[in-house]
This record gives sequence, structure tokens and C-alpha cells, in this order.
Amino acid sequence: MFDWVHISLPPAQALFGQLLIGLINGSFYAILSLGLAIIFGLLNIINFTHGAQYMLGAFCAWFLLNVLGIGYWPALILAPIAVGITGIVIEQLFLKRIAGLDHLYGLLLTFGLALIIEGLFREQYGSSGQPYVIPPELQGVRNIGFMFLPYYRAWVIVASLGVCLATWFVIEKTRLGAYLRAATENPVLVQTFGINVPRLVTLTYGGGVALAALAGVLAAPIYQVRPQMGSDIIVVVFAVVVIGGMGSILGAIVSGFALGLIEGMTKVFYPEASNTVIFVIMALVLLVKPAGLFGRAA
Amino acid sequence: MTRRLGAAATFAAAVMLLGTAHAQIAKDTIKIGVLADMSSLYADLGGPGSVEAAKMAVEDFGGSVGGKKIEVVSGDHQNKPDVGASIARQWFDQNGVDMITDLTTSSVALAVQEVAREKNKVILITGAASSDLTGKACAPTSVHWMYDTVALANGTGAAVVKAGGDTWFFITADYAFGHALERDSSEVVQANGGKVLGSVKVPLNTADFSSFLLQAQSSKAKIIGLANAGGDTINSIKQAAEFGIVAGGQKLAGLLVFVTDVHSLGLNTARGLQLTEGFYWDQDDQTRTWSKKFFDRMKKEPTMVQAGVYSAVTHYLNAIKSANSIDGPAVIKQLKSGPINDFAVRSGKIQDDGSLVHDMYLFEVKKPEESKGEWDLYKQISTIPGAQAFKRPKGNECPAVKG
Amino acid sequence: MQQTVVTRVWAAGLLALAILAPFFLYPVFVMNALCMALFACAFNLLLGYVGLLSFGHAAYLGTAAYVTAHAAKVWGLPPEAAIPAGVAVAAGLGLVFGWLAIRRQGIYFAMITLAFAQMVYFIALQAPFTGGENGIQGVPRGRLFGLLDLGDGLTMYYFVLAMFLVGFAIIMRTINSPFGQVLKAIRENEPRAVSLGYRADRYKLLAFVLSAALSGLAGSLKALVFQFAAISDVYWTASGEVVLMTLVGGLGTVLGPVVGAFILVTMQTYLSQTGSWVTIIEGIIFVVCVLTFRRGIVGVLAPYLTGRRASAEPLPEPPPAVEGHAQGLIEPAELR
Repeated sequence: MFDWVHISLPPAQALFGQLLIGLINGSFYAILSLGLAIIFGLLNIINFTHGAQYMLGAFCAWFLLNVLGIGYWPALILAPIAVGITGIVIEQLFLKRIAGLDHLYGLLLTFGLALIIEGLFREQYGSSGQPYVIPPELQGVRNIGFMFLPYYRAWVIVASLGVCLATWFVIEKTRLGAYLRAATENPVLVQTFGINVPRLVTLTYGGGVALAALAGVLAAPIYQVRPQMGSDIIVVVFAVVVIGGMGSILGAIVSGFALGLIEGMTKVFYPEASNTVIFVIMALVLLVKPAGLFGRAA
Repeated sequence: MTRRLGAAATFAAAVMLLGTAHAQIAKDTIKIGVLADMSSLYADLGGPGSVEAAKMAVEDFGGSVGGKKIEVVSGDHQNKPDVGASIARQWFDQNGVDMITDLTTSSVALAVQEVAREKNKVILITGAASSDLTGKACAPTSVHWMYDTVALANGTGAAVVKAGGDTWFFITADYAFGHALERDSSEVVQANGGKVLGSVKVPLNTADFSSFLLQAQSSKAKIIGLANAGGDTINSIKQAAEFGIVAGGQKLAGLLVFVTDVHSLGLNTARGLQLTEGFYWDQDDQTRTWSKKFFDRMKKEPTMVQAGVYSAVTHYLNAIKSANSIDGPAVIKQLKSGPINDFAVRSGKIQDDGSLVHDMYLFEVKKPEESKGEWDLYKQISTIPGAQAFKRPKGNECPAVKG
Repeated sequence: MQQTVVTRVWAAGLLALAILAPFFLYPVFVMNALCMALFACAFNLLLGYVGLLSFGHAAYLGTAAYVTAHAAKVWGLPPEAAIPAGVAVAAGLGLVFGWLAIRRQGIYFAMITLAFAQMVYFIALQAPFTGGENGIQGVPRGRLFGLLDLGDGLTMYYFVLAMFLVGFAIIMRTINSPFGQVLKAIRENEPRAVSLGYRADRYKLLAFVLSAALSGLAGSLKALVFQFAAISDVYWTASGEVVLMTLVGGLGTVLGPVVGAFILVTMQTYLSQTGSWVTIIEGIIFVVCVLTFRRGIVGVLAPYLTGRRASAEPLPEPPPAVEGHAQGLIEPAELR
């Protein structure tokens, strides 16, 4: 009865290549779950729109290149800013109104927004995907012995590590980050200190959204720029955030990379299960350590 | 509380009535249903284009047959077999639809075929691929119109093996269509003296093929067969280019590639790819004339699925006229009685098991410097005569015909 | 006295509507709506009355559908055996998943249920007897008790209607019983209920199993109505749709989920030709409902029609324990 559970063993050399690829996928998980963790930590909103905002980042990069002729490198800055602004608009128009309500409503509202955004783009662009060329400076491969590593993919790992570390630094080690963390714990008190908490909240949401868009720009050259790219990935990113601990920055980063690696390994040994293994891990983590690997105990 | 109950129930009933109240149409219209993927993965190769093709066919036919008006309705099956089956069921039961076409996505086609079998209605499948439709799941009132996995295997598979690609590794979409395509292609490879070194099954909705491509690379097979379609194929090809697979000496064989996929990939990435299709807009004057009319409406060149819909609808209407009946079995008998020959289907004949055997073509994607226009994407390598293309390996025959 | 007469009139009218429905509407469509309504009611039992948001209810709907389909098609069981088989498996699954998930609260509970549902989806996709992507097709409806041929559209319709009313009655009895009162107490203030001596976990688990079993009933019926068990019945989007139905109709109301289900099924059937607009409109409904319509249609309309006061926020805002924090489904977490 269980003959459909088949596991195959590859040569050791191929394993290193798979690990590297897992790391690359993990980079996307890390940036996306980082944004989600920040938004949840400060706003207590479960931002289901995150996937759609990731897609918006990719489409923005495509638009910049194919319509305005603006290349990849400026797009890395412009797209997150543009999408971040739409995030701020969303926060002002919608999220402010449900602050203080049960979290369920935030989830459903952002889920609804995600459906609207994805639906509109699908209506406009169809689903075959738009091509986005790898920037010429990063084209080409390098033979590193056990595999051919495309330069662009190496750049993805470097860029995402950089972004994650920079974000972690800002939140943990700078004064702005201190304000953010204080505002999570006791917004009223922080407000009395003269810090504009609502504006901080708004900017934080915009920042989290900008991170998602940045991931989108990074993804554009290697995944298809499709309206569904957000919904394909969002459920997995949620699982990553839960595993890491819902408000924990470090948890999101570490889990993102780690789960990318685990998923990569599963693709080698039992590829059909590679979409499901993250959920199995999530269930296990939730049963054993419900606040996540790095979260504070509930 | 029960008052709330009553109020809510009335409201619900009102919504339901508003939404679906129309009595059955009296049978003086002939209705053709285009059931396609309108909004998702395969929308570009069939979708609204197929609806347009059907409308063109009806217009060119004159808009009516035997005094009855012809109407085209459309529906989105969203690639879900249950959605497709229930739309088909409702169309047949409630809305007086006489024939359903397009039916992209093999699992939907198989499900709708069951409904058609139950109700003895005609379906002309131009979009789905699985050879099971005319194999173990064959139905008497169904015709598999444009292509199937056997033809694709016999086309691309055989051609590639004969050109020297005798060791294969498959990257297969992990569902019915992918399995069928891999099975049929493996048979052809082996029958032509090649060897299958391995395969990997990729779950649905996977965006990143790098891990699977790496496995293909380490297998050292000369050919990496892509037993997938649509966005999966596009992703695999794109990422293969990125990982220097082709530069490293291995070749890709796209077992199901449509002109819209190549257009999406761009010639830089897809150059040199060999593929089998049943129709291409730029083959000769006949195809060009028709495709221009399609392009004027849709602003895109037609795929073989869409051209197939036009062809199928036209022949269906002709069959109604000749048989003077809209009864399913009678129309099918008429369709099977003569040759099928038009701009899209050449030297065609519908077999007993429902497969339309006709000429297929082996194409190769042009290099960027060879192309003179946005849609100038293929060069034709050879014509594969119907009998050779649709030659079916043993083991998957239609039970009704075998005996 | 006046109210009882009016109540009886409404109830009779409603029943008459349901009985006459197949004569002016497409029966399969109404049966589908009834199955989804039962599913939404079962889901609402858990969400509206116990306060537990499950993201994985599709697991019970789909599993029961597969079991019933397999039992009817491959084992040749009649419907009076195939349906209970599906319900039993769904209940069993609910017992196992519920027992594991109940240990957690709020969003973590939701995520665990989602994880379990994804695993069920994976098994459904891979295991040979479920037919993978194709699902189980050509399921025979059979003869009920050897007498009633369910292949006949009308007979099947009344059978489904009867089963829906049975399920609905079970839910009504549960809500209005002492058991239901304890559930409400647990939802409002669990520590207090525990301090009064109620084993909260046991009550929650029982409610979970009941909800899973009735979802399973809905799934089994659906498999026979469409003669099809589909993979989409176990995919997470089905779980999302039932949340939408309940939200639109009205959380924590008795008829809200039914109304929501009918609206959603009608919308999906009617708008299926409009491509992506179904998705867009579903999204707009979500947004509008959350922003302005939180009580749902039933919750909003009811006060006008019964003259009673408007009900409170369906998911009550708990008193802030710590200043500035909004608690609720999710425990507060801190940025680290």
C-alpha cells in the first residue's frame, strides 16, 4: 500500500549542488518572512497581502524595464519604494480601521486585498508570465566543481543575506529600532515620550511591504513574472514565519534559510513531497514549541 | 430567532432566483460550448482565443444551420475536473448545449468525457493531451481533435532519438498528463533504440526547477525531456538556460510546447528547441490567411488549440447539415464517415476510437537573428504523416475497439 | 403568542421554498448549495460558537468525499453504508487532528489545522486509490435502502435536503443545549469556565469532532451529488471559501453560514464565465465585509426584521489586559 512512498539516493557530489540551490530558495523565504515578521510584530496584523506585494514588486520591475526602459539596478530601489507607497495607502485606508479588532479580521481583510490585486493583474496580463532578462552584469555561470552556479543566483544569496542582516541591525541596534520595539510593547507610553507612533506604524508597514517587493525584484529574472507568483508562495512563507516565531526577526531569517535547505534536500530524496515537508515541520514545531523556534513562550 | 431564520432564507432564495432564473430555452438554437481555462495557467493557449475561434467559425458558416440559429457559450473550468464536469453537466441538462469543445487540461477532459458518455453528447477535444482519452477512457461521442501525447512522443521523441539523442532523463509534471506524456515518450525512445536513464516527478505549482535540472545534469543524459506544459515548461527552459545546461552539452526536448510559450520565453532562451505541433500560423498561405483574421481580433497569433476549435466547430456544423440531425451519435457517425481536411488539419481521418489522425509537424525554434517579426518563431523541419504520428504503442487501446 | 405564529409561518414558508426549489431551479445547483451550507454551518459551530478558527476544514470535507466515492464505486456499497463510512472517517480524522491542535490557541491553532490539511492533500494527491489529480469519477449514486433510486434528480434532491435538515437540526440542538452554553462560556472566558470546573479541552475536542463529522457529511453528500470526488475538495482554497461563506453570512448566527453558502455558490456558478472577476469580487466582498459588515448579512438584516437590538460584535473584543495591546486570537509576541 505504501509503494508510492519512494525515496532515491543521489551521488554525494550532486548533494552539494542541491544544498546550494536550497540556500537560494531559502533566500526568498528569508526576505519574505522577514517582512511578515516585522509587520506582525509591530502591527499585530497577519499580512496575507504579502504575496501579492511580492508579485507587485516583480511586475513593477518588469514595467520599469519594458515600458520605461529603467534597468534592474535602479529597479531594486524604485520598485520597493513604489510598492511600499501602495502599502502605506493600504494601511491608511484599510488597516487603520480594524486596528484593535480580533486578528482574524486583519487576516481576512489582507486576504481579500490579495485576491483583488491578483485578480486584477490576472485579468490584465493573463497567466503565461512576462519575461524579465537577467541583468547583463550578472549573466553567465561559473563552474565551481560540483555544479555550474549562475552568477545571478549567487547574487541572490548575497543580496538577501545583506538585506536581512541590515534589517536585523536596524531593528536591534539602532535607535529607530529601539523605538519600534518599544512601540510594540507599549504604544501609549511611547507616544507620551513624543514619538509619533501612528506614523511609525505606517512606515513600518510600508517597510515590510517594501521588503516583499524587493524579493519580487530579485525573483523577476529567475522565476516567471506571473500574477499567481504571490499566492504560490504565500502559504509556505506563513509556515516559515510560524516556525521561526511570529514576531521574531532572527527567527524569520534563520528559518527562511534553513527551510530552503530542507526543502532542497527533500527535492532530492522525495521530490513529490517537497511542497508538503514544510507543513509537516510546522505541525511538529507547533506541537512541541508553539511560539516557534525563536519566539517567546506563549 | 426563527424570524431571523425566515428573513435570511427569503433573502437567500431571492439571490438564488436572481442568479439562475431562466427557464430552459426552447430547442430552436444550436449551442456550442467552449469550456476552457479562461484565467489561469493555460488561458493563453486556449482560453478566450478559443472562444473567438468558435465565433469565427460560426460566422463563416453563416450563423445558422437548418433554420436554427447557432450560439456560442463559454465557461471557465479553472483546470479543475469537478468544476469542468459540473459546468458540462449543467450545460447539457439545463442550458441546451449540444457540443463542447476546447477542454484544455487532460483531467478536465477526462471528467467531461464521462459526462458526455452518460448523456450521449458530442465533445470535440482540441486542448487536452492525454492519449487515455482515446485509450482506456475512450467514449463513443468524443473526438480527440488536434494532438495527443502519442503524437507528441512520436514526433519530437522519435526525431530527437534519430538525430543522436539516445539517452534521456525526464522532468515530469506530477499528474495525469505528465505521467502519460512520460510513458508514451519513454516507449518511443526505447522503440527507437534509446535508453531512459531516469526521471523525476515535480509537484504541481513548482516555480523553481533548479534542483530537478541539477539532477538531470548529473544523470549525464544527452537529452532532458520536459514532460510538462505551459508555465512549467517555460520555467524549466528558462532555468536550464541559466544553469548552462545547454552550454554544457545536454539538449532539451520540449515534449509539449505551444507558440505562446515560445513567445513568452523569447528566442534568446528558446533557440534551437525542437517541438511537435499540429498547426503553425506561418506554414503556408492557407494558414496565414486564416491567422491574419484571428490576429485582427485577438492581437496574437493562434495556437494549434485555437485553430483546432475553428476546425472542429466548422466540421461539426457541416456534419449537422449533412446528417440533418443534432443527435450525438448521428453527428459522430457523419464526422467519422469522411476525411477531415482544412487549413488546420491536413489529411485527417477520425478513427473508431475517436482520435483524429492527421499530419503533424516537427518544428525548431529560430535563432533571434533568423526571425523577422514578433511572432516569427518557428522553422518547419519536417512533416510527420498521420499514420506515423499517431501510431499507438500496445497497452493503451480503446476497449470498445480492441475487441 | 403573536411571535410564535409568525415564527411558524416563517418556518413553513422556508420549508415550502426548499421543497419547491427543484421545480424552478437546477437541482444539482441547489444540492451543491445545500452541501456547502451544511459545511459552512459545521465550520461555524467551531468558529462562531467555540471561537476556534480552523484553516483546514477542507480535510474533512474532502476525505469523506473520497471515502464515500471509493466505497460506492469500488466496494459497491449502497449510499446508506457509503455515507456513514465517509462521516466516520472524517470524525476519526477530526478526533486525531483536533486532539493535537486543541493544545494551541488562536493563530497557532489555525496554522496547525492548515498543516494537517496540507498533509491530507498531499496523501490525496499521491495515493493511488484517490486518483490523484483526476479524483474519483463516475461514482454511482445507488439505491437508498434498496428502494429509492438516487439516480433520479428529484429523489436525490429530497434526500440531500433531508440530510441537510438533519445536520442543521443537530447543530441547533447542540447550540441550544447545556453543552452549547458551556461552549459559549469557554469562548467568552476560558479561564473562568475552567475555574468553574469545566474540562474546557474536552468540550472543545467534542465540538471539533462534531464539526468534522458534519463537514464529512457534507463532503459525502457532495461526492454522490456530483458523482465525483475531486482533489480541490482537500485543497486549502476550499478551507478559505468556507471562511468567506461564514463571514459574509454572519459569524455566530444560525443561518448566516447558509446564506453565505448560497450567495457564494450562486456567485461562483453565475460568474464562472467572467474569468478573473470571480476572484476580484470575492476579494472585494472579503474587504467590505471586514470593514463594514462584520456581522454578516444575517447579523445586519436580522435586527430590522425582528425589531430586536443589533447584536454585539460577533468576535467580541476582549478587555485589554495590557494597555495598548489588542489580544484576541493571537498571543502577543515581541520583536526580537
